[in-house]
Amino acid sequence: MSFDVKAIRRDFPILNETVHGKPLVYLDNAATTQKPQAVIDTIVDYYTHTNSNVHRGIHTLSQLATNQAENARHIVQKFLNAREDREIIFVRGCTEAMNLVAHSYGALHVNEGDEIIISAQEHHSNIVPWQMLCEEKKALLRIIPINDAGELLLDEYAKLLNERTKLVSVVHVSNTLGTINPIKEITAMAHKYGIPVFVDGAQAVAHFAVDVQDLDVDFYTFSGHKLYAPTGIGVLYGKAEWLEKMPPYHGGGAMIRSVSFEKTTYNELPFKFEAGTPHIEGVIALGAAIEYVWSIGLETISKYEDELLRYGTEQLSQIEGLRIIGTAAHKAGVLSFALADIHPHDVGTILDNDGIAIRTGHHCTQPLMERFGVPALNRASFAFYNTKEEIDALAAGLRKVVRMFVN
Amino acid sequence: MTALEAQNLIVQEFSGYDDWEDKYRHIIKLGKDIPPMSDELHTEDNKVRGCQSQVWLHAEFNDGKVVFQGDSDAAIVKGLVALALRVYSHQTPQDIIATQPDFIQKIGLDTHLSPNRTNGFASMIKKIKTYGIAFSLLQQQA
Ligand SMILES: Cc1ncc(COP(=O)(O)O)c(C=O)c1O
Repeated sequence: MSFDVKAIRRDFPILNETVHGKPLVYLDNAATTQKPQAVIDTIVDYYTHTNSNVHRGIHTLSQLATNQAENARHIVQKFLNAREDREIIFVRGCTEAMNLVAHSYGALHVNEGDEIIISAQEHHSNIVPWQMLCEEKKALLRIIPINDAGELLLDEYAKLLNERTKLVSVVHVSNTLGTINPIKEITAMAHKYGIPVFVDGAQAVAHFAVDVQDLDVDFYTFSGHKLYAPTGIGVLYGKAEWLEKMPPYHGGGAMIRSVSFEKTTYNELPFKFEAGTPHIEGVIALGAAIEYVWSIGLETISKYEDELLRYGTEQLSQIEGLRIIGTAAHKAGVLSFALADIHPHDVGTILDNDGIAIRTGHHCTQPLMERFGVPALNRASFAFYNTKEEIDALAAGLRKVVRMFVN
Repeated sequence: MTALEAQNLIVQEFSGYDDWEDKYRHIIKLGKDIPPMSDELHTEDNKVRGCQSQVWLHAEFNDGKVVFQGDSDAAIVKGLVALALRVYSHQTPQDIIATQPDFIQKIGLDTHLSPNRTNGFASMIKKIKTYGIAFSLLQQQA
């Protein structure tokens, strides 16, 4: 394998930081990833040489900024293999994308007595917008259950689908369990009833190639900051036929064709859904992040990260009292565990003193915590700049935690 | 002993630990040693809002002194609760209001006071202070 992790690590300046005097071991990549120099440089270059508003002015800088931003849209189109650039809407992140679809699709298609299906794995951001919509429309939220390994029960899902179902919204990869869900199958089952499918790709796009045409999903979203890009920028993909029918989410500048006080006509896609001045340097830096990922290759990334996950699972399983939560056959990126009956807050505090960053808490998936009977969990999550040595450091740190708390 | 004197004692006690592991071991032990809080005091009202660890704080006003009881489901936080009780319990409302929890920083645990939403301990200090203010108002009315 032509993958040189030492060289890769040099691309991420933050990995040289020390925490409490120890080298940083950053294993909280599912919360947010670190940024390569190429992305940082893109932001600095933008403000040094290009800064200007987009789609507004005839002057040179505005055209430059517009070209760079639209080029980034094209990069995202290729990244997801969408049919057209106008199917790519820039949003703040997954959370905004879900609220947008809940609002704009919901306004059009969801009525009293209708049903929306989500799964037991969902992040709060893929629960709450639908709850709000259901409350407003007197519609019903139905939940696809999971087994003890953390896999969706497709038989149960099949039973939930009916002619009242208006949308299925599921996570591609669970941020808590790491489960990779069979999206193609889920989508095909929904499409038999003509029901559109929305997929939360927050934890998927950094780990393996996603092809929205192959999956045939109707909507797909991801957040840039979990893909080596800045915070505050994300993507909503939607099939043009849906996006065209949906009313706008926010009103304002850039999303209109003409405005009078009597009537406003909306701009075409994608601008109809991009009211106001966008996060321009975020958009451009997202393009740079995707190009960086391409320069390594998603296949190489998947292979390396799968090996990290396998090694991490093997090493952590040997620790007495450690129970891995989420043992699906297909997993990506995420290793969650309970450690004896030690509170994750204690685990995280001790590891932090050794420079090791993991996530502890409910991971914004409280229904899942309940399902597995834990108040909170510990989660290590991997990126391609992590190493087996860092996993060894985590294992050593956890053994120290056990020594300190169990006696 | 005033709250300030109690703080100074704690700072002295911790000056003996230069290794962070030993320091945390001591904190964990202090948490284990506090008298258990009875079940009926683990109420929603006594819960201090914190995202990750649960913290409970109960206050009573006896003979001009505020008496606190506290608990947490996380061991380190429970140790910090024990320290806070040593400083603020059995003190007058005025003393509680006037005394800042400087000892936390002095013993090198200020990360636990960060305004992080996951942090139940910082919220507990705030709640202790609020009780101080509330009981001093009660006193003035009486
Ligand atoms: C599975 C999943 N969905 C949605 C989100 C929300 O993403 P954001 O906060 O970037 O909108 C996250 C982030 O933690 C996530 O892990």
